[in-house]
Amino acid sequence: MGLDIRWPIGLLFVIFGVLLAGFGLASDAALYQRSLGVNVNLWWGVVMMAFGAVMLVLAVRGARTPAGDHQSGATDSRRY
Amino acid sequence: MKLTLIDWILMIVYFVFVLGIGWMLKRHMKTSTDFFLSGRSIPAWVAGLAFLSANLGAQEVIGMAASGAKYGIATSHFYWVGAIPAMVFLGVFMMPFYYGSRARSVPEYLKLRFDEKTRGFNAISFAAMTVFSSGISMYAMGLLLNLLLGWDFNAAIWLSAGIVLVYILLGGLTSAIYNEVLQFFLIVFGFAPLIYLGLKDAGGWSGLQASLAGVSTANGFAPQAWTASWQLMGSPSANPMGVEWFGLVMGLGFVLSFGYWCTDFLVVQRAMAADSMAAARRTPMIAAFPKMLFPFLVILPGMVAMALTANAGASGFALPAKPDGSLNYDMAIPMMLAHYFPTGLLGLGLTALMASFMSGMAGNVTAFNTVWTYDIYQSYIRRHASDAHYLWVGRMATVFGIALSVAAAYAATRFNNIMDMLQLVFAFVNAPLFATFLLGMFWKRATGHGAFTGLLAGTMAATAHHGLTLPLNAVVGIKGGWIATLHGYPSEMAQNFWTAIFAWTVCFVVTIAVSLVTRPRPDAELVGLVYSLTERPRDQHLPWYERPAVLGVIVLACVGALNVVFW
Repeated sequence: MGLDIRWPIGLLFVIFGVLLAGFGLASDAALYQRSLGVNVNLWWGVVMMAFGAVMLVLAVRGARTPAGDHQSGATDSRRY
Repeated sequence: MKLTLIDWILMIVYFVFVLGIGWMLKRHMKTSTDFFLSGRSIPAWVAGLAFLSANLGAQEVIGMAASGAKYGIATSHFYWVGAIPAMVFLGVFMMPFYYGSRARSVPEYLKLRFDEKTRGFNAISFAAMTVFSSGISMYAMGLLLNLLLGWDFNAAIWLSAGIVLVYILLGGLTSAIYNEVLQFFLIVFGFAPLIYLGLKDAGGWSGLQASLAGVSTANGFAPQAWTASWQLMGSPSANPMGVEWFGLVMGLGFVLSFGYWCTDFLVVQRAMAADSMAAARRTPMIAAFPKMLFPFLVILPGMVAMALTANAGASGFALPAKPDGSLNYDMAIPMMLAHYFPTGLLGLGLTALMASFMSGMAGNVTAFNTVWTYDIYQSYIRRHASDAHYLWVGRMATVFGIALSVAAAYAATRFNNIMDMLQLVFAFVNAPLFATFLLGMFWKRATGHGAFTGLLAGTMAATAHHGLTLPLNAVVGIKGGWIATLHGYPSEMAQNFWTAIFAWTVCFVVTIAVSLVTRPRPDAELVGLVYSLTERPRDQHLPWYERPAVLGVIVLACVGALNVVFW
């Protein structure tokens, strides 16, 4: 359908992850009293970054072997 | 609660993506099929997550957390008894008729299978219902953002309506589906830290159990009332929901859930957009796996909120009270976000909350514009226009539908009683629907006259049952008993379940009776629409993990295990 949804998902989560983790590194520890002393921005940012990266890798792999392309359709039985 | 720069940046980045997706898809919207059905080209996993997300409006998230606080783990019945089995049934048995008949909407299937009047009844009530629910969703969002952040109610409504309008106008159903997938991940990532922080504060699962045992006994129930889903379902007075297992399984599990998941075009449309029959059948199964874990994401925080309110955790979280002194359960998730999330994560959580409101809205609007264009405009107003004309009508219907939703949102601020009444009327219309589809798909003798009379009779039975019964401690009026009070139910939920059971049974019996005395359609006209006259879809060429029946068995086994674990 023209646009592989894994690109925007991957990009959004990498951006969110970088922003949150970066903010988590830079921010004062006093901020995390409300989250029971856990620097959730940093840790959750890292998790989101990793998830985004996985999506981007899948998108890149998807772009190399275009699914639904009638030439590769026979070899690529794994249509998502 | 105050937002800082990082929260605003996260929110803005998200909205740039939402609109960007619509913009990227713009050049692919050439025909009405592209706009309304995504050109039937969506891969199964995307359709599956959209199937899940379209229903994941904020009412679902907030309402389920509220029920989690109010009734405990028994709320999981809405998933593990209700939604999941219905989704499996849709994928294995019903999808072949929706997808195979090439119907473009659920009402259109009714037209192909039965007749024009059955379609008309369903299309008009559905169109009205979607606009209305989208308006209610907007209203709830405006109210919440106003309460939580002090944002202007008007600004919140117009801004969210504007964003949804733009991305649907640009990219049609594909845009809605893509954004629903994005929203799905955002909602999961936005709320998941709540489970961790909430459980940590409540002293883990065992701490939660201990606190909730206190809540249970204080309310006059056995200690496990909040943490056991089935143990106390033997009698309605033993559990906080006030229902017994039969009403629960038949009313919620069979009638209401199958009625919603198998016949509501809002969700079925996502599967119809899939790129093949096999993908369409797999769509609800793929949705079922995350769906069965959702109780942990939305119900558990509600339970934690209740436990902490009763037995303050280290951080002193408590649910706010309403003006009348009762606890404001609806605030469970919003207040927990505000309490535990530091700035940064807070922006993510609020974005997730807004995303869920908007996905609810967009789902309704895309279902509305399709039903309006194909089932009302093309059927009754202008029959043989060009495809470009219908595409234009669909875009106009999007604008019109959103304008009506905004109007409904404003109406809700002034006439709360009318809104409650409308919601009730829609419930009456929906209650019998599944009987009509079941007979339509699996009994070739069912006729159009039978289906139509059955639907009307079922709706009237629901209305009459509601008017003749009253839940415990309720006042006669919108809650029931407005004809006479013949029977009292232990709770509103029990009354709802039994209203549905009555409506379904009356519709089922009347449809059969009228069908038997009216002329059936010849078999040749029903090929592809009825089970006994349709070739079974072949899936031997698929690997086992793509076969609907195999997936269905796996899903049911998992959900059975979850029921046993939390018995």
